[in-house]
Amino acid sequence: MYVSHLQLTDYRSYAEVHIELEPGISTFVGPNGQGKTNLVEAIGYVAAQSSHRVATDSPLVRKGAQRAIVRAAIVKDGRQAVVDLEINPGKANRARLNRAPVPRPREVVGLLRTVLFAPEDLALVKGDPGERRRFLDELLVARAPRMAGVRADYERVLKQRNALLKSASAQFFKRAEPDLSTLEVWNEHLAVAGAELLAARLALVGELQPLVAKSYGELTSSGGPPVLQYRSSALAESEHPPLDRAQLVDILRGALAEVHVQELQRGVSLVGPHRDDLHLRLDELPAKGYASQGESWSYALALRLAGFELLRADGDDPVLLLDDVFAELDSERRRRLAEHVRHAEQVLVSAAVDADIPPELQGARFSVREGGVERA
Amino acid sequence: MYEGAVQNLIDELGRLPGVGPKSAQRIAFHLLAAETADVKRLANALVEVKERVRFCSVCGNVAEESECRICRDPRRDTAVICVVEESKDVVAIERTREFRGRYHVLGGAISPIEGVGPDDLRIKELMTRLADGQITELILATDPNLEGEATATYLARLVKPMGLKVTRLASGLPVGGDLEYADEVTLGRAFEGRRSLEF
Repeated sequence: MYVSHLQLTDYRSYAEVHIELEPGISTFVGPNGQGKTNLVEAIGYVAAQSSHRVATDSPLVRKGAQRAIVRAAIVKDGRQAVVDLEINPGKANRARLNRAPVPRPREVVGLLRTVLFAPEDLALVKGDPGERRRFLDELLVARAPRMAGVRADYERVLKQRNALLKSASAQFFKRAEPDLSTLEVWNEHLAVAGAELLAARLALVGELQPLVAKSYGELTSSGGPPVLQYRSSALAESEHPPLDRAQLVDILRGALAEVHVQELQRGVSLVGPHRDDLHLRLDELPAKGYASQGESWSYALALRLAGFELLRADGDDPVLLLDDVFAELDSERRRRLAEHVRHAEQVLVSAAVDADIPPELQGARFSVREGGVERA
Repeated sequence: MYEGAVQNLIDELGRLPGVGPKSAQRIAFHLLAAETADVKRLANALVEVKERVRFCSVCGNVAEESECRICRDPRRDTAVICVVEESKDVVAIERTREFRGRYHVLGGAISPIEGVGPDDLRIKELMTRLADGQITELILATDPNLEGEATATYLARLVKPMGLKVTRLASGLPVGGDLEYADEVTLGRAFEGRRSLEF
């Protein structure tokens, strides 16, 4: 698939901009602060309806405007679909598909699939476990939109259960008898919803492992091999036989029973997929702390590339977005990454200067300056 | 801001569910323009609903006497109780004309976020009703969302020692709909709850 047209109205720095795009490689070049990343972010927003840079929608709207509009034409198997997204901070967003309103904006998620590489990706290796959980969950949702529901259900159970633990914890410290008559019910729901998410993540990590090893080997010859280990807060060992969903429900139930007293003292849920991590190892050592800057970058890129390969194997080529990543890499890694991605159906690259773009990725060139985009 | 009485009315209307400031203003000016008799009738209806309507001492449904119409009806099956969250759910089920038993209105669902626990619902009253041994089946018809499911699970566990037949309404595809329009969660549930066709 590819994006053939992008139109932004009151989005970030853009009052109004139209861009015609083609399959193959397009580069966006311009000094920092001129709005290159905003273009890439807008395309990513059409795919996931969330930004990779901010958690809320209000920064996406141009200063002084009420709402932002992103319109993208997506061509897939020779057919064009036009998606309009109206971003209303603090209110519900609205979406239209081929000019017809859809009842829920979520219905157009998944129409466009993207894989985004950004400077923030280094946090996959060096950052908190939350970054790696988000990587796994976003990939799950991109592959099966149903997982968005599973994830939302789990979040909801967690919120309810935490609210209960918090009030029970307050009682506990006042030495009153906490009301725990419904805790078992929430445990049950947490175990069931959590097991579904956990099973999906474990299966995904299994599929990613060979792809990450392959991509890493292609990007660099230093360090390795990379090994992914999913560390569940409910499982004592990281090495365990494949477990089915029913077994995972039992394991989560058991783990919740074990931490019961601690949970009462702390007033939060201590077991479940929200406390898990994906350990990234290199040569038997944890990448976080041991890997060099170059190795960390290679690892982060290998994770993204593996995600790209998985989505590609499911059918359609996702659109590749490379946001200012080449500036972070040495020339050898640049060349290898360029070699890896240049055959994708559509690649959109942003860079501050032409010299940052490897010669393998020459294509349609756009210059970005002061809220305007022009084809060079 | 409008002067005294008008602004008061807009503020009061604005507190109603589903009425925003713009709608409140429109309703207020509609009332101002309406016949005095019409407005009096509305005011009387509001006062009357607070003065006359009570909650059924048996099931918790809205009633005008100490027991509601359904609990007083001798033709209703006394062996089956259908548990719902709100009175409006009773009306919804009554419209089907499929259910001939009686109801029990909980007055909400368990939700720690909103500070609603079992003690805030009419669960004790339900246990008292079940204790007399006449009831053989309990139908759990709470909403098919997380809080409704949690409430149903809680009740099912609570009454388990009593040895009643406990059932939960099925979730699945809407009748008369198209499969392609069903969302993934509903369709997934429908798959889980599929049953064999018997001839």
